[in-house]
Amino acid sequence: MSEFTDLTLATARDGLAARKFSAVELTQAHVAAIEAARDLNAFITETPDKALDMAKASDERLARGEGGVLEGLPIAIKDLFCTKDVLTTAGSHILDGFKPPYESTITQKLWDAGATCLGKLNLDEFAMGSSNMTSYYGPVINPWSEAGGNRQLVPGGSSGGSAASVAARLALAATGTDTGGSIRQPASFCGIVGLKPTYGRCSRWGVVAFASSLDQAGPMTRTVEDAAIMLGVMAGHDAKDSTSAPMAVPDFRAALTGDIRGLRVGIPKEYRVDGMPAEIEALWQQGIDWLKDAGAAPVEISLPMTKHALPTYYIIAPAEASANLSRYDGVRFGLRVPGASLDEMYENTRAAGFGAEVKRRVLIGTYVLSAGYYDAYYLKAQRLRTLIARDFDQAFEKCDVILTPTAPSAAFAIGEKMDDPLAMYLNDVFTVPVNLAGLPGISVPAGLSADGLPLGLQIIGRAFDEETMIRAAGVLESAAAFTAKPGRA
Amino acid sequence: MSLDKATVARIATLARIKVPEADREALGQELNQILHWVEQLDQVDTAGVEPMTSVAAMTLPLRPDKVTDGARADDILKNAPGAMHGFFTVPKVVE
Repeated sequence: MSEFTDLTLATARDGLAARKFSAVELTQAHVAAIEAARDLNAFITETPDKALDMAKASDERLARGEGGVLEGLPIAIKDLFCTKDVLTTAGSHILDGFKPPYESTITQKLWDAGATCLGKLNLDEFAMGSSNMTSYYGPVINPWSEAGGNRQLVPGGSSGGSAASVAARLALAATGTDTGGSIRQPASFCGIVGLKPTYGRCSRWGVVAFASSLDQAGPMTRTVEDAAIMLGVMAGHDAKDSTSAPMAVPDFRAALTGDIRGLRVGIPKEYRVDGMPAEIEALWQQGIDWLKDAGAAPVEISLPMTKHALPTYYIIAPAEASANLSRYDGVRFGLRVPGASLDEMYENTRAAGFGAEVKRRVLIGTYVLSAGYYDAYYLKAQRLRTLIARDFDQAFEKCDVILTPTAPSAAFAIGEKMDDPLAMYLNDVFTVPVNLAGLPGISVPAGLSADGLPLGLQIIGRAFDEETMIRAAGVLESAAAFTAKPGRA
Repeated sequence: MSLDKATVARIATLARIKVPEADREALGQELNQILHWVEQLDQVDTAGVEPMTSVAAMTLPLRPDKVTDGARADDILKNAPGAMHGFFTVPKVVE
């Protein structure tokens, strides 16, 4: 079985083209792997019949010498993307039974390219979380565990099911979404590659909205090459999303030349945060050395607003969430809890349908947008956002990409940090500034902690320069030669 | 600034989320903790800084004001918790 599930998108595609195996065989192997790993709780909805039907159609197209970029390749979808007639929950009770009558632009592009759909993946409720612990459908278990230990670990979040399924060889690749680190942090925790594109690169149409000025979808894969291939399918202008950029999609895979001679790699001094484990600091230094050995030139840069990014994010994201989540009212879809009046029905439905973290963020968002407080909080945060983006603009005058750790820790145990929202928010200290500035970022697995858990390094690129970022990430990946596999794969 | 029980009740009403009287005190404390933390932004002088309204350097595109989709009432009502005669149903709002 693992001869199929250990493949990458690229090698599986070669195997299908050479007729070494069929799309049905490839899909069956993954369906079986998913059944055998249900205890990880990575999927909310499995769609094996749909996957096999799609695989059969792929085999027919391949037999005719046709087929798209992802023809016959089984992937899984974060349950934040609307999929026509397939349950879409956003990890929330309030979307009980919701089967969208439409398909998101991104998933449609993936199916048009020939990919087969294994199912819908678990996530933090409405993508609000960094551990997958806020899902109404329960936590996802990280397929990795500490050397000699048996504690169950979180996969990170919010794309926890996506990261766990790709790491555990349940899918060749998965979609994720990233509002403050939700692709990159779980990729780091699970030892896979996670790419958050430039804001506007991928259409948000049909993706359940959390914070619309920050949300961006991207690929989660086991190699940088696969991320480049999948991004090429996901990216592109969409008239249905007014913030989608009308720009041509480059050949991202062609960017993987392996040549970074002369590339200026910015090392932000403000990312040496208090309390960061020495092993992450050391891995970061190792990453600098790897890129330097490949001919790049490290340069120290300053991003002085870094420490203000998290509080800025925790005003802007809840403010946008409070507006976006107002649509869940028990009238048009999902859960309804009766009440004597229309208002009471709304209040009862939203009290029962939203979990604690979502309620916290909606209430904070409502407060910071309310009369009398708007200027002190929301407007202030928007001014800070200008300054944070300006930091990056100035830094990119001195460098071409930026190298940082992805997260300040390895995966932690299920249940840890649950009593302190602020401790949980700190997971995203290195990823949030990238969203606030609308830039692309990629996490590459770079090493193991002393406990045997994966650690990622992040490369940040200029807006709409994913190519240079991918090129540097490819070199980092080759140098790190990360071949470790989780215990559950 | 600090959230008291009355403010919690007010924002809960604005957000249309029922928060039982007994939970307001504890919830207010939780929210206060977050608000105090974000108030560190007050240390930053932002005088004269334009608030960011769009992260992408682009202007929103215009399109012709034409109907491009529609006549899908059945699709739209399919997920409704209550629907009748081609309409959503809600608790009675007019006497």
